[in-house]
Amino acid sequence: MAKQHISFTLNGQKVETLVEPRELLIHVLREQLGQTGSHIGCDTSHCGACTVDLNGKSVKACTILAVQANDGEVLTVEGLAKDGELHPVQEGFMQEHGLQCGFCTPGMLLRAYRFLQENPNPTEEEIRWGMSGNLCRCTGYQNIIKAVQYAAKKMQSA
Amino acid sequence: MSSTADTVEREKNLQGIGCSRKRKEDPRFIQGKGNYVDDIKMPGMLFADMVRSPHAHARIKSINKEKALALPGVHAVITAEDLKPLNLHWMPTLAGDVQAVLADEKVVFQQQEVALVVADDRYIAADATELVEVEYEELPPIVDPHKAMDPDAPIIREDLVGKMEGAHSKRLHDNHIFTWEVGQKDETDRVFETAEVTVKQEMTYQRVHPSPLETCGCVASFDKIKGTLTVYITSQAPHVVRTVVSQLSGIPESKVRIISPDIGGGFGNKVGVYPGYVATIVASIVLGRPVKWVEDRIEHLSTTAFARDYHMTGELAADKDGRIKALRVNVLADHGAFDACADPSKFPAGLFHICTGSYDIPTAYARVDGVYTNKAPGGVAYRCSFRVTEAVYLIERMVDVLAQKLNIDKAEIRFRNFIKPEQFPYTSAFGWEYDSGNYHAALKKVLEAVDYEGLRKEQAEKRARGELMGIGIVTFTEIVGAGPSKTCDILGIGMFDSCEIRVHPTGSALARMGTITQGQGHQTTYAQIIASELGIPSEDIQIEEGDTDTAPYGLGTYGSRTTPVGGAATAKAARKIRAKARKIAAHLLEVSEDDLEWDVDRFRVKGSPDQAKTMKEIAWAAYNNVPEGMEPGLEAVEYYDPPNFTYPFGAYVCVVDIDKYTGVTKIRRFYALDDCGTRINPMIIDGQIHGGLTEGFAVAMGQELIYDEGGNILGNSFMDYFLPTAVETPHWETDYTVTPSPHHPLGAKGVAESPHVGSIPTFTAAVVDAFAHLGVTHMNMPHNAFNVWKKIHELGLDKRS
Repeated sequence: MAKQHISFTLNGQKVETLVEPRELLIHVLREQLGQTGSHIGCDTSHCGACTVDLNGKSVKACTILAVQANDGEVLTVEGLAKDGELHPVQEGFMQEHGLQCGFCTPGMLLRAYRFLQENPNPTEEEIRWGMSGNLCRCTGYQNIIKAVQYAAKKMQSA
Repeated sequence: MSSTADTVEREKNLQGIGCSRKRKEDPRFIQGKGNYVDDIKMPGMLFADMVRSPHAHARIKSINKEKALALPGVHAVITAEDLKPLNLHWMPTLAGDVQAVLADEKVVFQQQEVALVVADDRYIAADATELVEVEYEELPPIVDPHKAMDPDAPIIREDLVGKMEGAHSKRLHDNHIFTWEVGQKDETDRVFETAEVTVKQEMTYQRVHPSPLETCGCVASFDKIKGTLTVYITSQAPHVVRTVVSQLSGIPESKVRIISPDIGGGFGNKVGVYPGYVATIVASIVLGRPVKWVEDRIEHLSTTAFARDYHMTGELAADKDGRIKALRVNVLADHGAFDACADPSKFPAGLFHICTGSYDIPTAYARVDGVYTNKAPGGVAYRCSFRVTEAVYLIERMVDVLAQKLNIDKAEIRFRNFIKPEQFPYTSAFGWEYDSGNYHAALKKVLEAVDYEGLRKEQAEKRARGELMGIGIVTFTEIVGAGPSKTCDILGIGMFDSCEIRVHPTGSALARMGTITQGQGHQTTYAQIIASELGIPSEDIQIEEGDTDTAPYGLGTYGSRTTPVGGAATAKAARKIRAKARKIAAHLLEVSEDDLEWDVDRFRVKGSPDQAKTMKEIAWAAYNNVPEGMEPGLEAVEYYDPPNFTYPFGAYVCVVDIDKYTGVTKIRRFYALDDCGTRINPMIIDGQIHGGLTEGFAVAMGQELIYDEGGNILGNSFMDYFLPTAVETPHWETDYTVTPSPHHPLGAKGVAESPHVGSIPTFTAAVVDAFAHLGVTHMNMPHNAFNVWKKIHELGLDKRS
């Protein structure tokens, strides 16, 4: 299949690559660009393990073609920490024990990152709905909610 | 002299047992630096994909690979015919049966593995699976286990025809696997004949799937020159996999290296060896290149190990005060097309005979019959010790049924039947020796916490108004930590576990275990055990698991066995080191060993506490100044064979409100008290309990793998298979008591599975309780809105006046 040239910004860096038109963004990120933080957990865009930020929106990278990211801006878990400093959502997940096996975590973090920009001061109910596109099998979500609350508080006081 | 404040400070620095230490694993996971199987990339690596059966039962007339092989980028198409010369077309299961690696002449469940395609990338491999032409002749399937042993039932396993001596008993029919009986049949029957009261209840524990967020997969790499095989694999038991792979392939075990890297959840699903692993290993051996195979979610839900599918009939005999005299149980177990249960070898129904529960029941009998059906194989312990979930469900349901029959309060009937604290160690009618427990105290604490009396009062008022409110109570006992090698083995290997600790000259340490973490936080908690035992800060202790080339042999992590078995091995290995350290300290301080006492992180001279040697100083001395005749170094290995299982327990209460027009059940409150003995990391324990409760909620309220009459699996994607999101998941309240295990070196019992085992019957109990005043004694799971509405409608409660 003829390959297409695409370029986009990945975690602040310009990247260029050749992809088949049918290739999914998640596969290009993981297999071509070596960013294996985002995961694949299902085939139906339910689990959210592949959630990344594309042009200021949370997207499920298993349901986006890589060509759709052309000229776009992509943020993955690898780009969350800045200058060796964890992002408040990362800190929150660690402090509040918001992760166990870690497989859903990158997607959760990226969703929390975007959600807290959409709603900087959410109620518990709003967090539950705001994070409901991401499945976790380990934590029962209770500590994930606390982690998002931790991050919200920290970001507000910053 | 060391002050109390100083001691407290030093203890705090260790971050040992009892500390809610933040997890050592987290920094890599929150920065995208986890290393899961699908993250593994090797030079020259190829991708495999599976051709699967569209039919539940069919004969394979032909397989044509030509078109697939002609696709550019395809390297191989492997079928049973290719595996036959290697004698790898069938493999042994953990349950004494055999399973087709790739379908041999017929397929026996939908989505069964038929051919493995290997290609340059995953897209080409997927394309090529479509080009493999398989001609089938359909056969009638058996879907309902109750019909499996009908005289005219089609034979599922033609390979077993005429072999009527099964792995566990005589087979009564071609579709029969085993009969397993335990307890005193005649005595139990006699008690039932003369009992003042008897109750009987049928119940179905539906087929569900553990469904961790990471599916199963592996990367196999055979080095033709060295003759070595390395397999990265999502396995909860890497050492057992190594033994199995060596036995199957003929490659010496010393040349097989199995690595379980980070695992994205297991929950019992990743214990066994799946056909995809074997076929991928063969592909790597044949092609001489690394091959990766990772299933997608539909494959995962359709083919890897399911759980439950137990069709149970329980009976209790009691006196009119509700004191239970006997339990009788009959189970029909649907094992699918191959018996691939993951149980200790001698227990075809696992530890199901823990089903007398927390109650002092003098006489009991249970019989389990396993049958084949045209469904995927499995029957694993989904976040529980082997079949304990089923056992706890049965007894907790039966106690409620008895309470309703006698009109005794559901808490009160439990108090009347509990094993009393002074009866421990207690031997059950089925012969289990319960190590410790205090059930009365646990239930009492929970009832007070939720204001049980107030809730019953509110319920009475609501019932009077025609509203549906239910209160579920469960007081469960688990049996975990398999197990004593005199009773428990996997493929002939005793179910011990192991730990090796090395203390380095500068006082930091490396420890390796035979277990493997899948999210439980072993790298955090094992270090805490060693910290408390050796006085080395847990921050300075590195924990490694999962690489069979470096870790000592162990049976792995499932059945809540890590803390009971691996944790005990760790404590014992540390104690060997401390014993040597004591000798070195005595030598350094020029006193007798008997004159020394342990003080947090040092040995000090009794009565002269300023004379002391810290573990750090002792570690240095271990490498340059040991007593004459002592070998240098400071390390130890322990293979721990537990003397008994451990018996964690808990008391749970769930309160539900049910909408009588929609059947929607709202979990208003869930209060979970767990007693897991000594608590190593309370933060992690709470996290495990939240997770277990949520998985229990999923099973009780929505999960079911459904098959239609043709054997088509209907619930095999996240479109249909219920995994709760943060929206549906209730808020959990947790509590605890501490009743240490008397035989475990730390008193710890294991915790992560209790909330799953305990919560499932609690949800059912709460839902049924909402209808109890209308004569309803049981409702089968899942309690989704439709199923609950059907009951409401049947009772005519949804009529608008």
